[in-house]
Amino acid sequence: MNRYPLWKYLLILAIVVPGFIYFLPNLYGEDPAIQVSATRTTKVDATTLSQVEAVLKHDGIDIVRAQRDDKGIKIRFRDTDTQLKAREAVQRALGDNYTVALNLLPATPAWFGWINANPMYLGLDLRGGVHFLMQVDMVAALKKAEERYVDDLRSVLREKKVRYLTVTRLESGGLEVRFRDAAERDKGREVIRRELPELGLVDGQKGNEYFLLARLTEQAMNEKRKLALDQNIIALRNRVNELGVAEPVIQQQGIDRIVVQLPGVQDTAKAKEILGRTATLEIMLVDEEHDLTAALSGHVPPGSGLYKDRRGRPILLKKQVIYSGDNIIDAAAGFDGQGGGPVAHITLDARGAAINQRITGENVGKRMAVVYIEVKSETQLDAKGNPVLGAEGKPVRNRVRVEEVITSPVIREQIGKRFQITGLDSTEEARDLTLLLRAGALAAPVEIIEERTIGPSLGAENIQRGFHSTWIGFAAIGVFMIIYYLVFGVTAVLALGVNVVLLVALLSMLQATLTLPGMAAIALTVGMAIDANVLINERIREELRNGNTPQASIHAGYERAFGTIFDSNITTLIAGITLFMFGSGPVRGFAVVLCLGIITSMFSGVMVSRALVNLIYGGRRKIERLAIGNTQWK
Amino acid sequence: MEFFKIRKDIPFMRYALVFNVISLITFLLAVFFLATRGLNFGVDFTGGTVMEVSYPQAADLSKVRSVLERSGYTDVTVQNFGGSRDVLIRLPGKANLASATISDTVMEVLHRDDPGAQLRRTEFVGPQVGRELYENGGLALLFVSIGIVVYLWFRFEWKFGVAAIIANLHDVVIILGFFAFFQWDFSLTVLAAVLAILGYSVNESVVVFDRIRENFRKMRAATIPQIIDNAITRTMSRTIITHGSTQLAVLSMLFFGGETLHYFALALTIGILFGIYSSVLVASPIVMWLGISREDMLPAKKATDEADTRP
Repeated sequence: MNRYPLWKYLLILAIVVPGFIYFLPNLYGEDPAIQVSATRTTKVDATTLSQVEAVLKHDGIDIVRAQRDDKGIKIRFRDTDTQLKAREAVQRALGDNYTVALNLLPATPAWFGWINANPMYLGLDLRGGVHFLMQVDMVAALKKAEERYVDDLRSVLREKKVRYLTVTRLESGGLEVRFRDAAERDKGREVIRRELPELGLVDGQKGNEYFLLARLTEQAMNEKRKLALDQNIIALRNRVNELGVAEPVIQQQGIDRIVVQLPGVQDTAKAKEILGRTATLEIMLVDEEHDLTAALSGHVPPGSGLYKDRRGRPILLKKQVIYSGDNIIDAAAGFDGQGGGPVAHITLDARGAAINQRITGENVGKRMAVVYIEVKSETQLDAKGNPVLGAEGKPVRNRVRVEEVITSPVIREQIGKRFQITGLDSTEEARDLTLLLRAGALAAPVEIIEERTIGPSLGAENIQRGFHSTWIGFAAIGVFMIIYYLVFGVTAVLALGVNVVLLVALLSMLQATLTLPGMAAIALTVGMAIDANVLINERIREELRNGNTPQASIHAGYERAFGTIFDSNITTLIAGITLFMFGSGPVRGFAVVLCLGIITSMFSGVMVSRALVNLIYGGRRKIERLAIGNTQWK
Repeated sequence: MEFFKIRKDIPFMRYALVFNVISLITFLLAVFFLATRGLNFGVDFTGGTVMEVSYPQAADLSKVRSVLERSGYTDVTVQNFGGSRDVLIRLPGKANLASATISDTVMEVLHRDDPGAQLRRTEFVGPQVGRELYENGGLALLFVSIGIVVYLWFRFEWKFGVAAIIANLHDVVIILGFFAFFQWDFSLTVLAAVLAILGYSVNESVVVFDRIRENFRKMRAATIPQIIDNAITRTMSRTIITHGSTQLAVLSMLFFGGETLHYFALALTIGILFGIYSSVLVASPIVMWLGISREDMLPAKKATDEADTRP
């Protein structure tokens, strides 16, 4: 009666054994390591690896393991002291062109990688680090876009010889174009509809005045919003690389928010300052009349300035800014129609197009330069590296300008609104260039609306605490169950163990983020999962008390209990799913573990414990007593 | 070992009125405290900045407070957190303080006063995010309640659904009442605990209801109160043992979980303890008064028969 068919045992094994294997990586701990990655101007390859290994050998620093992949070079060490020494040595040797970051890498043996078995992904509150939620000011972005359209409308109407009175941007949004009479207005409407299809037009008339109300269509607005968000994400990615963070997370959240997570970052002030930088582009002409070498030795001609390009080579530019990144609407990488080489396609707005046309017309054959400028606010440091305090005792912050010429192409012909930059070395360069152009042409300001920072010491402490609460709770419950329910208590505890292993394995496989509330949820799952076995055992005891045979009691116990277990778990599951939908961050981590825990506990509490009971009692024909504790109320 | 050698059914339903009056009084008390003192909403809901700073020696709270006030942060709360060396600083989310850089400037001020001050943790929640979390929290509570009522409606019968939700929302209000009375920090994690308790304590009601349903089938001659009494008595051992086990896990969290999980574990503890009371001694009387009868159970009987054939 209490026998499981063979296939059921095999099914259980098929679930538990892989579960155990995927659980194992979590037992291995972490290695302190350094990660070397490339910046904008360099690449990490085999020579870099040998260079790094040579440096470390020279300094007598032992390497546990070194590996290189497409993300960079990862080198593991025995302890954190060696790790810090290594970081200094490597950074000194490689210089500013590479970022050397501290990282804690999971110490699982390499073969686990074949089956994609990784330890759980730890959230920031367990690893330490910074979490930012940034909001893009879409209102400002759309306002800027509309202001550009004022110029665009003016030039389009003028081009097509439509007479208009005024073009203004309304405070409440939208653009108003005034005409003298209805005929001009109708002409204007057709022209705008053809040339600027992204504007939706509405006729209007107030007394003698005829006007058109132009607004961006919903689709166009969504596109602009997405562009503003993408530009910000690209700019942030570039800047985060500078911080030397090992595994940054930069993602879109909703329609206008960006999540930035920087594990291991201690200096939050620096992180915020880097993220809060503004970047612009300036287009200037290259000064080919004066001598570069003379300028390098100190004689810079008036009206010109010395700049450096991406490889560090000096270049002389005429200081007058022709147009700036504000005028660049879009930049995309592509292929040259004729030559087939990689190019960057640039699109300008009306004002930029007009200026571009004039300047390139006058300067065919000469070179123009695109300069990438970042203005950052830096704390002034004295010789020892301490912040210099100013008048009120607050640290002095300087605005530092970082300028870099990203490309200086030859002007082949007169160009206007759309043009290409050719002569690029590779598709990568084209892509990098367009990324920089888009990042520089930031359309919308961005603001930090949420921040959570955990220091690394607290992170490690949290892990300890979570771990202790879980296993102490488990032990206490286990001891009680064994004393109270004897053999059936042992099966319950074993099933509970399987439950935890499966839960951790699931979390590892899904790489779900484990947070401190998530660890609390594991402890809670342990406490709740035992409910199933208590229900079953109590029922078995009752059946025995009522005079049933042992085998029938076991059977009845499991039968009756399952429906109840299912119902009660479903209600907790409802709570868990709702928490997942409405929660964010750590609360979501809690909800995920709760839901998964319910599923694993239903499996282990019922099936696994039954399998164990069947193995122990199932085959016996005649059982004197079930070792389930006191069933006779004497 | 057997704790519960109860041979005869305990006549709970005879005292149903008493139980409900007690519940009503505690409920009204909780509502009173919520109304007068209000919940001590954490930074997650109000917006603002929270910083946990550790000092090498025992921190002088009044000195920290005066240092901050001198730098212009007048509306600041400074208290011990965990040990005497850890200080929790709370700055409300007012207009001029709604910036992520507050924590940096505050840290600089503290650092100048005592270079050993170390930032362990900081949280800044902008006003709009705080508002959203507040609304989402309310919505979550609503959805969980609706979800549970609907599910119980399907599994049992609408009277059970309503009774269970009333009993368990009563739990939630009691927990909130405790938090209002003691002015404990009500953060997002505490809300998560409250919602988990809502789902968990419905378990109890489900176990009792299941038993009631079974009794309807078996005890054909019994009256409704007798059926309910029997159901509660028979499931009492299981209720207390399970709650005790869960409480063991939560206790270890209370002692070993650190400050962050402290209020979370407190909310769970109150929920578990009151849950025993409400789910058994509040839900059942309500079911009785809503007029549960044998006919109500008949359609549900088919569902249980199907469930019984599961492995």
